[in-house]
Amino acid sequence: MVGHDPAPVDVQPSTGPVLSFDLGPATQIPLGEGRLFVVGRLIVAVFRTRREELFATQAWCPHQGGSLADGIVADGKVVCPMHAYRYSLATGQPEGHSCGVLSTFDVRLRADGHVALSVPAAETA
Amino acid sequence: MSDKRKLVVVGNGMAGARLLEDVVARGGRDQFDIDVFGDEPYGNYNRILLSGVLSGTHDAKDIFINPLDWYAENGVTLHAGARVSRIDRDARRVYAGGDLASSYDALVIATGSSAFVPPFEGLRGADGLFKKGVFVFRTLEDCDAIVRQAAVSRRAVVIGGGLLGLEAARGLLNLGLETHVVHLMPHLMEVQLDAAAAGVLHRTLRGMGVHVHLQKATTAVRGDTEVTGLLFQDGSTLDCDLLVVSAGIRPNAELARQAGLEVRRGIVVGDDLASSDPAVYAVGECAEHRGQVYGLVAPLWEQTKVLADRLTGRNPDAVYLGSKVSTKLKVMGVELAVMGVKDVEGPDDELVTYSEPARGVYKKLIVRDGRLAGAIVLGDGAVAPSLQQLFDRATPLPEDRSDLLFPRASGSGAVDAAGLPEEAQVCNCNGVSKGRIVSAVQGGCRTLKSVCDATRAATGCGSCKPLVQALLEAAVGGAIADDPAAHYYVPGVPLAKADLVRAIRERGLKSVSSVFAALAGGKEDAGSKAGLASLLKTLWPGEYEDERDARFINDRVHANIQKDRTFSVIPRIYGGVTSAAELRRIADVADKYQVPMVKITGGQRIDLLGITKEKLPEVWKDLGMPSGHAYTKAFRTCKTCVGTEFCRYGIGDSTGLGIAIERRFQGIESPHKMKLATAGCPRNCSEATTKDVGAVAIEGGGWEIYVGGAAGSRVRKGDVLCVVDGHDEVLRYTGRFMQYYRENAKYLERTYDFVERVGIERLRRLLVDDEEKICSRLDASMQDAVDAYVDPWREADAPVHPAQFKDTLAELPAGPPPDDGAATPGAP
Repeated sequence: MVGHDPAPVDVQPSTGPVLSFDLGPATQIPLGEGRLFVVGRLIVAVFRTRREELFATQAWCPHQGGSLADGIVADGKVVCPMHAYRYSLATGQPEGHSCGVLSTFDVRLRADGHVALSVPAAETA
Repeated sequence: MSDKRKLVVVGNGMAGARLLEDVVARGGRDQFDIDVFGDEPYGNYNRILLSGVLSGTHDAKDIFINPLDWYAENGVTLHAGARVSRIDRDARRVYAGGDLASSYDALVIATGSSAFVPPFEGLRGADGLFKKGVFVFRTLEDCDAIVRQAAVSRRAVVIGGGLLGLEAARGLLNLGLETHVVHLMPHLMEVQLDAAAAGVLHRTLRGMGVHVHLQKATTAVRGDTEVTGLLFQDGSTLDCDLLVVSAGIRPNAELARQAGLEVRRGIVVGDDLASSDPAVYAVGECAEHRGQVYGLVAPLWEQTKVLADRLTGRNPDAVYLGSKVSTKLKVMGVELAVMGVKDVEGPDDELVTYSEPARGVYKKLIVRDGRLAGAIVLGDGAVAPSLQQLFDRATPLPEDRSDLLFPRASGSGAVDAAGLPEEAQVCNCNGVSKGRIVSAVQGGCRTLKSVCDATRAATGCGSCKPLVQALLEAAVGGAIADDPAAHYYVPGVPLAKADLVRAIRERGLKSVSSVFAALAGGKEDAGSKAGLASLLKTLWPGEYEDERDARFINDRVHANIQKDRTFSVIPRIYGGVTSAAELRRIADVADKYQVPMVKITGGQRIDLLGITKEKLPEVWKDLGMPSGHAYTKAFRTCKTCVGTEFCRYGIGDSTGLGIAIERRFQGIESPHKMKLATAGCPRNCSEATTKDVGAVAIEGGGWEIYVGGAAGSRVRKGDVLCVVDGHDEVLRYTGRFMQYYRENAKYLERTYDFVERVGIERLRRLLVDDEEKICSRLDASMQDAVDAYVDPWREADAPVHPAQFKDTLAELPAGPPPDDGAATPGAP
């Protein structure tokens, strides 16, 4: 698989260099659900909503480690399957509780239908 | 110009403001430009708390419900301090002070009521105004004026010993005045109380220092320019320097009368809340519906909800059919709950009373047809919430009526909420204290749902919900917003179950996404998806368009998720009867997959715990047994005892019956799980009387069918639905009850709550006597569901998606890949 990402290395002062990964076709994630992807030592939950939006967050719920990819997704939010803690997919902000903010990552759909994930290089090493 | 219609509301009190909230909550801003006219120069405040302002327990600024900002934020134009003087119905315009006018497409009159002031001689001075020191008690302005006068007064008299009069008296007493109450009738609060209750209240008030004068008819107010005393019909007098007249209220219907609308005591409205002019509506204390004018908030809330439903088209057929009147209040700090009728009305009514005047306690119940027809509870706040619930839901009462008057420590919701210490743990699932709940309420939460969302109380097993409700009520002093969402089947679609089912059927909605699109404005809600999926599967057996993302993870992979993200696998063992070969196979699987724990469950099944998601299909295939459905909201298991085959006491074949039940109903989805049992004799070894449905063999060949039993977070003995002969009949009635529950229960409402809500007598009339001729339809629907059943573990061979049982879809190295740059450094 070829990832044509001509963009130059973007060095953000706060996060350092960013790596971009081709995660393969978006359709391998069932519609409206999430699945896990491992990039280096980082595990990311990637969600594909019914409106074909993509979101990426840290894999485990800060509350008790539930797998957010197994959660129910709607209206830009994910609900953890363990104890129904809710988070915004775009910002990682908790909703209705104060159990910590999820790390979120840049993810987008490429023209060829593949999922492109960008994460700070430091997080994958 | 806006192409929206124009909604004008006259009156910004409890009813007007509530209507605005209800309209806005239903998306009314998109349909209407909204104007509201209010007499008083502020936003809307809670009139119920005025006595608190008078007595100094509430600050005036704390009783505002919607500050002025609220109107701006919600796109409502508030004309504060603008009294509407005329309605021109032909031109559809209203006029307020000077030349301010507004045209309307729909007009709502919510002008409330005002104090009735009898024409006592000498009440007014030469200028026609009240003499100095004379007041009514209706508005924040009245309150301010009374407080100012109280500072220079010594002795206050309140004319009127009704609810408002006593509230005023309480305020005056707290302000340090010698306080007298003069009442025309033989006892206090005759509208709400019987003579005995009033006697107990009278004694309590006297103990506080209030002087009560009964059967006193005031004839004149004495004093030249300011009040100095009262003269009574019997010739006696009473000196005072502050007088509050609280002799009742009158609907403010003059504006409507002048506009030519039909007015009797109030503005006459039909079940659609429209007046005699279909473009003009009335709600609240100014409206008269079926001869009733209500002076309490609860009916008003019901009215505004119906009207908002109609105006916004959310439910154009909504009707208001009158209210069951009940109220909970504090009279001078004494807790009082009143509901329904206050006296026995026929020879079959049953009267239950308890009176303890020394402690100020009086309790009276009127029971009709085994249900609560009315109650008066004075001086005991702890029993009121449970009685209120029994009254509202018309739930059959326990046979021992004393249970109702004297709650036991173990009863849920019967704990004295007020008496709990701050640090007491209320929610034992999430460890939420009373203090946290109270501070959430103080922080602005006004509905049960918002309190639960904010604190997570009652979001676990839910058994503390009544107590959270009681704390909420205590913390806000009775002014709880009735949360329309509490009646929705799921939070994200604003319809009660019956309305939702009708809409789904009418529009042929067969997928969860189509329901959101058609009935929720296209907005998905995570908390609603699983409930809708369950309902659609019930409504469209075999035709439901399955969208797996709508399911909870357990139902996507047909196993129960555990705390370490592994799953448990429970194969179906019909009736709990297994064989050596089956056990051997299970043991082989446990060995092969190194299953960390093998456990016998409470439902007589074998649980293999600690299986990863990826391994599930292989485990199922190796087991070669159907799914036990221990992970879903559905028929779970039918537990059995040994029955007639071996037991020397058995009188009915409980194992055979249990196996038949389980074969028939396996996997049938429902609003919550259903755990069943059969017992071969009344010794009840399989605990069938505390199951969702249980069948118990009785001597003579019959079976008692129990429904609504529980032995979980609540313990409840089931009610006998009927006694039948033979296995076929048990299967028929079991299926019929289950189908009725599937169609009518709220999502996540267990049968024990459902049976209490509907009432066993009604269930018998529906499901046994077939009063409404629904039984054959229910039986046929259940048969369709049974026929549509497919073992979900077959997906081991044919997954619905290649990634159905996968957690991780790809593992990529951290560094840039060696060849084609699939992980090119760079930002998109």
